[in-house]
Amino acid sequence: MEKTIANTLLSVNEEGYLTDFSQWNEDVGEALARETNISMTPRHWEVIRYLQREYKNEVALSIRRIGKSGVVDIKEFYQLFPIAPLKTASKIAGIPKPASCI
Amino acid sequence: MKRILILGAGTAGTMMANHLRRNLSQDLWEIDIVEERSEHHYQPGYLFLPFDIYTPDDITKPVREFIPKGVNLVHDHLERIEPEEQAVVMSNGDRLHYDLLIIATGTKIAPEETPGMLGPEWQKSIFDFYTFEGSLALRNKLREWEGGRLVVHVTEMPIKCPVAPLEFAFLSDSYFKNKKMRDKVEITYVTPLSGAFTKPKASTALQHLLDEKHIHIESDFAVEHIDNDSKMLVDYGGRSIPFDLLVTVPTNKGDALLERSGMGDDLNFVPTHKTTLQSKNWPNIFVLGDATDIATSKAGSVAHFEAEILTENILNYLAGEPMKEEFDGHANCFVETGEGKALLIDFNYTHEPVEGTFPLPGIGPLRLLKENRMNHMGKLAFRWIYWNMLLKGNHIPFVSAKMQEAGKAFD
Repeated sequence: MEKTIANTLLSVNEEGYLTDFSQWNEDVGEALARETNISMTPRHWEVIRYLQREYKNEVALSIRRIGKSGVVDIKEFYQLFPIAPLKTASKIAGIPKPASCI
Repeated sequence: MKRILILGAGTAGTMMANHLRRNLSQDLWEIDIVEERSEHHYQPGYLFLPFDIYTPDDITKPVREFIPKGVNLVHDHLERIEPEEQAVVMSNGDRLHYDLLIIATGTKIAPEETPGMLGPEWQKSIFDFYTFEGSLALRNKLREWEGGRLVVHVTEMPIKCPVAPLEFAFLSDSYFKNKKMRDKVEITYVTPLSGAFTKPKASTALQHLLDEKHIHIESDFAVEHIDNDSKMLVDYGGRSIPFDLLVTVPTNKGDALLERSGMGDDLNFVPTHKTTLQSKNWPNIFVLGDATDIATSKAGSVAHFEAEILTENILNYLAGEPMKEEFDGHANCFVETGEGKALLIDFNYTHEPVEGTFPLPGIGPLRLLKENRMNHMGKLAFRWIYWNMLLKGNHIPFVSAKMQEAGKAFD
């Protein structure tokens, strides 16, 4: 599937997750955040960059690991991304839906 | 003489003991299996015990009955593994050296991970059914419960048998209908996932069944604590769900032995190569069943398929040959849907559960992802298969270790 966000043509899956991380940039992230009614602050970006780093290191993401990351605690993670935070934040970060759900 | 040491005589460890004893010379290889319990439980029975479908006797047999001749059963408590020394240490200080180690220590519930779970309401209005004791206490509670809000809850993934809590909700619906009190019970299913199950097609089929049985679903719920005074589940976002009776699946963790040995991840699961089942850190250590960190279901069927493949791999490894058998993540699960019916799902790392026939392509007799009575008979028959064939490491006719693609309706 394809979708135009922030004037960029992106490949996404049926749930709206980017399928090619190289197409991601901050404008795309900003636009994806707007779709879920989140306005990005520097704190949001810190979390997004952390998720992207973990993704590049092939670390499986889970709420539990994020809580222990030292980057953000779970309470604040929920304040930043109130609804289904890990899925929402992963979508904004342009990385796949977390596979911790087996 | 060299020694293979198996840790854990549950489903996975017992199968490996049987497979390996059959395939390795008694003159060259000693096989020892360490287990602290003396009873082997048919764990799928924990689902049926609360509803008085099975009795404790139906699901309990001595561990020893399933350990083959020529394998030493060591009844002891494990303190730690010393992989660099190729030894394990028992809690009384005894040391056992090994040449090859198989970790099959499974997974356990960790209710202490959620604040309030082990509070004053534990086993009064908060129950688990992932332990024999929990399941039995819940049976006694259900026998006298007069109704109210029943909440069936999954704390976090991964859990053993991810369909079991859904089955619990379905069987509750039947149970209260049979007791002529369904109108007095409100059933809610609370999950950290976005839907009923982890895989899209099965999730749709299961959601349909939830609707049909008037079971309300609360998804994307990550519990932060349980308030014992107001009897509420509270999530990190502040959402709260009240209950009169909470049946929860607590966080699942690998055995604390792995933590003591510094060999587990943050949930004490052992980093394992997903196709060979060799430990990622030590070549002479292999891991199977619920103890691994691999991305497949934690389920007896998975352990069964893994055991067939791991046996081939270990024989190759011992012969100094490359391990060529590759585990594909194959899982096969009956899902009890209540009222004498069940559905069946069959999937692996790359293929989600879809509709079709099983085990014979185009024939069945079992139907995939469709609810019927034949599947339920299959689930009940499985207890016999478990005790008489599966644990003994016998191949189940027509059911291959790798998932078959024939007879399935992929897009």
